[in-house]
Amino acid sequence: MSRLPKPPEGSWTQHYGLGTAPVSYEDSISPEFHALEAEAVFKRAWLNVGRIEQLPRKGSYFTKEITVANTSVIVVRDQQGEIRAFHNVCRHRGNKLVWNDFPRDETSGVCRQFVCKYHGWRYDLDGALNFVQQEEEFFDLDKAQFGLVPVHCDLWEGFIFVNLAKEPAQSLKAFLGPMVTALEGYPFDQMTERWFYRGPVGANWKLYMDAFQEFYHAPVLHARQSPPDWSVPAQNAGFEAPYYKIEGPHRVVSTAGIRPWELGENQRKPMEAVTRSGLFGPWDKPELGVEMPPGLNPSRANPWGLDSFQIWPNFVILIWGQHWYLTYHYWPTAYNSHMFEGTLYFVPAKTARERIAHEMAAVSFKEFGLQDANTLEATQTMLESRVVTEFPLMDQEVLCRHLHKVAAEWVNDYVAGQPGLNNEGVRV
Amino acid sequence: MESMLPEAFADLEPFASKWSLATEGERYAERMATTMPEIQAFYDAVVPRAEEAIAYCDKYPLDDMPDDALHLLHLLYSMVQVSFPVECWGQPKIPDTGAAALDLISEPGP
Ligand code: FES
Ligand SMILES: [Fe+2]
Repeated sequence: MSRLPKPPEGSWTQHYGLGTAPVSYEDSISPEFHALEAEAVFKRAWLNVGRIEQLPRKGSYFTKEITVANTSVIVVRDQQGEIRAFHNVCRHRGNKLVWNDFPRDETSGVCRQFVCKYHGWRYDLDGALNFVQQEEEFFDLDKAQFGLVPVHCDLWEGFIFVNLAKEPAQSLKAFLGPMVTALEGYPFDQMTERWFYRGPVGANWKLYMDAFQEFYHAPVLHARQSPPDWSVPAQNAGFEAPYYKIEGPHRVVSTAGIRPWELGENQRKPMEAVTRSGLFGPWDKPELGVEMPPGLNPSRANPWGLDSFQIWPNFVILIWGQHWYLTYHYWPTAYNSHMFEGTLYFVPAKTARERIAHEMAAVSFKEFGLQDANTLEATQTMLESRVVTEFPLMDQEVLCRHLHKVAAEWVNDYVAGQPGLNNEGVRV
Repeated sequence: MESMLPEAFADLEPFASKWSLATEGERYAERMATTMPEIQAFYDAVVPRAEEAIAYCDKYPLDDMPDDALHLLHLLYSMVQVSFPVECWGQPKIPDTGAAALDLISEPGP
């Protein structure tokens, strides 16, 4: 019996009309599906590439490798202060325009213009070609026709999104929809202390998304992160979320929290009491001086743990009740691998005590994340055996079910618009 | 030899050159490269002094700490780092994490 109320249909899964049949993970082990996903999803959806604080002044730039779409993007703040994005390719002979030392590595910095390392063509921050070496030896070269190739770029609450489509089907705001935009007003702009983690994962990107959009696994996989006085009852009780919401391609899970400072000493790690912090963040939360937006803590849990906004396709904003947040990005590199990014954001520590509390939260995050990541490789390899092809999902895994359904829908939709292609990516 | 830590923390001085490390990458690597008895000895020495050490560091603004206080702060970060082997794992490495890696590419000071 579940402890928390369910929707009238009896389950979240049925409430959102997702069907209760076992699911296939073929979409995570098929190179053909992956190739379609690249076209259907990553070249058509709005993709978050970072935050506006990464571009503090005119000429600030960073590059983002979008391997799945076979491109690299330059994101820059131009002379007018506008944020722009361009494909990172020189119009002369196709050299990568902005890179350092290793062409495949991302980079960032500040500049007045972009200069190609190969023959020295120069581009303004707004992408215009402004200088060609030995211009007089070219043939009818009209510099105005050889600016950098722009990428659609838009901002929402300080998050920078790009869209690789020629014409995006929707504006960013329409794409995000009311459930996500109900976060507007959250003081993301106050939380500028940034911890950026990155690591390669030997599994399909959707498998890691699944690992962070269900907490069914948490009391089991992460049991040893807490002393037995906590982990044994937690495992016996199992995990239930009080609230799930699905809207369009996006989804949210909200959880109840704990008050670690009210726990017995045998129920928490000793270092949590020393640092007054842990996985859920600092025990002492900063004053924000603003109302929380209505889209947060939708079940009005008290104490409230977190809301995890799974923003299609590969972006997560996870807001903690303790007044900090983190983001996840999952960048596919092949059908069976991706680059994972986890970024933690706090109101900047003002004292050593606060900074140590942040250290504890960040170190805890990594301990959990590494456990999650390695499990995925174990899943990927055995899914690929295809010994088992159908998998039962329970109600707390409702968001996993939804993610794979959306991936199938976008791919089917794309295939339908491409005569001569079936949904295995095969020309017919 | 000149001491790294403030005088009041002379008892922690034997651990300073090994554990007073400025980045998470260095601290994590040091943890992986150290045996449990050595990790345990550091943990046992630093935890009882933690509250005092935090209070000491708290006397300075974060962006303008004298070197010895900064070393002490970095030692406290290492205390956080080694608490997982000591309190959870009984070994330096997180069990079942194979070759998985998660690198901290940019981190806040100090
Ligand atoms: S390829 Fe860039 S200047 Fe020639
Ligand atoms: Fe997990």
